[in-house]
Amino acid sequence: MTALLHVDNISKRFGGFVALDGIDLEVQPGERLGLIGPNGSGKSTLVNCICGTLQNENGSVQFEGQPLDGLAAHQRTHRGLARSFQLPRPFHSMNLVDNLRVPLLYTVHSRLGPLRSAGDLDSRCLELLEMVGLAAKAKQMPRDLTQVEMRKLELARAVGAEPKLLIADESMAGLSHSEIDDILKLLMRLNERGITIIMIEHIMSAVMSFSQRLAVLVSGKKVADGKPEDVVRDPEVVRAYLGQ
Amino acid sequence: MIVVNTGKFSLITIAVGAVVMAFSHWVNVDYLYFASYTILQFIVLATAWNILGGYCGYVNFGSAAFFAMGAYSSVFMHKFFPVPIPVLIVIGALVSGIAGLGMGYLTLRLRGSFFAIATLALAVVLQTLVVNWDFVGGSRGAYIIRPETLELPGGIEINYIEYLFFLMLSLAVFAIITARTIERSQLGFGFATIRDDEMAAEASGVPTLRVKLIATTISGAFMGMAGAPFPYYIGYLQPSSAFGLEYAVNSIAMPMIGGTTSWIGPLVGAILLGSAQQYATVTISSAVNLLIVGLMLVGFVIIAPNGIVGLVQERLRKWRQP
Ligand SMILES: Nc1ncnc2c1ncn2[C@@H]1O[C@H](COP(=O)(O)OP(=O)(O)OP(=O)(O)O)[C@@H](O)[C@H]1O
Ligand SMILES: [Mg+2]
Repeated sequence: MTALLHVDNISKRFGGFVALDGIDLEVQPGERLGLIGPNGSGKSTLVNCICGTLQNENGSVQFEGQPLDGLAAHQRTHRGLARSFQLPRPFHSMNLVDNLRVPLLYTVHSRLGPLRSAGDLDSRCLELLEMVGLAAKAKQMPRDLTQVEMRKLELARAVGAEPKLLIADESMAGLSHSEIDDILKLLMRLNERGITIIMIEHIMSAVMSFSQRLAVLVSGKKVADGKPEDVVRDPEVVRAYLGQ
Repeated sequence: MIVVNTGKFSLITIAVGAVVMAFSHWVNVDYLYFASYTILQFIVLATAWNILGGYCGYVNFGSAAFFAMGAYSSVFMHKFFPVPIPVLIVIGALVSGIAGLGMGYLTLRLRGSFFAIATLALAVVLQTLVVNWDFVGGSRGAYIIRPETLELPGGIEINYIEYLFFLMLSLAVFAIITARTIERSQLGFGFATIRDDEMAAEASGVPTLRVKLIATTISGAFMGMAGAPFPYYIGYLQPSSAFGLEYAVNSIAMPMIGGTTSWIGPLVGAILLGSAQQYATVTISSAVNLLIVGLMLVGFVIIAPNGIVGLVQERLRKWRQP
């Protein structure tokens, strides 16, 4: 079985600062991977390099056996990669329904051809909002949302692109216990439908219950990768977290 | 909200254009044709500017350059191989549309104020080229004798200024229909995502560079169309009039004052500012025009940052849900 995502020796610098230092990572189709690490360890930067938001200097990314290097972010989204932003980036001038219309129009639509009628589009947008519990606010603007609701919108927009690989970058920060359970159930459902998921999270209980495998970044290096129970006992991981 | 589909909207807009034409023909005063031509020209320019500046959020200071390219394409054709004005309009659209595409390629990687400065630089470079190009009149300018009448097949003669007025009215109708069609389309959503957040747009699958290039091309093309009949209107075209500051300033100020998020804004702004300037030209002097525009712009930025349309929408919302 070939890996769905194959990250090979990726490095990224910001000026003189090395944010990612030779990261290797494989994700199998259908897998649920947890990606953890202290603040500033490079998790979001890795996501940005995988999704084309940032260009890595070294190394390469392969998706379904095809190299993604040099492809713009939108092309990667069309191939089936979608991510939520850690700091939500909603389209401010559009209501929630229209926010979700964008990935449908530009990614799903272009993949399937003009299959969807205007009515189909509308109901699909509402379905996505319902999925994250925002249906009641369909016609409201992003500025009317709380930070937590914006996270949900962010996740719904990524799911809206109907990805093969979904990367959720801290979708649960600030959520209540029951909301975390809702999002976990949602991610599990998506995973059951065949979507591979990388979850980046600081809430350990959520990561542990979700992940089949855990990878740990510390200061731009991957220090552990394996079964969650083993990884959290790894001395190097423990040191990184305690030293924080 | 009353929802009107694109087909219906086009028919209504064309009908309004026809009524304006019929009314003008009935009044039939040359001065009114002259004055209204200018306002219509500003409707086209403001609508064109808004496609890039309002919908996508990229401020173009070089509107005069695109307008002048349309005007000078006509001067060139007039000397080289005269063709009817509707053909000149198509040529102006092609020249300025391609220039818009080229400018997009060169400058769209620049964000915010850098993009605006680059467009200003483009205008300066082009004006320098035209000043030194003798074939189109160089710095002296070019005379284009406007005929008194236009002879149509079948021996019908129409007043030439009425003909120019009719052409600009048609362009205004065309521009408004195009703008509104874009607003409701996939492309319109793409434009709005660029105005809001390009990174999120890319992540959602919007090919931002391509979408922006479409915007600069359409915007440039309409400015070129607005400029193409201009030499016939003015009769004597100088670089300083074609590249006039008033075009750059007005095509920004009109959408800003009217409101940049929909097709109505540039229309309202152009009618309001255009009429105010015509009035000032007659009653005071044309020199105060830019002063009026400047003052109104400052006033609106303070009182109604979302333009007149934004102000009205706000009021309506408050009125509906007290
Ligand atoms: N655009 C940028 N320019 C300069 N430095 C950056 C940039 N983006 C990230 N960094 C730096 O790179 C490092 C890694 O950041 P990153 O956001 O990837 O961390 P993270 O693991 O996602 O942290 P967190 O858990 O807080 O989200 C940090 O030190 C950050 O300051
Ligand atoms: Mg992060």
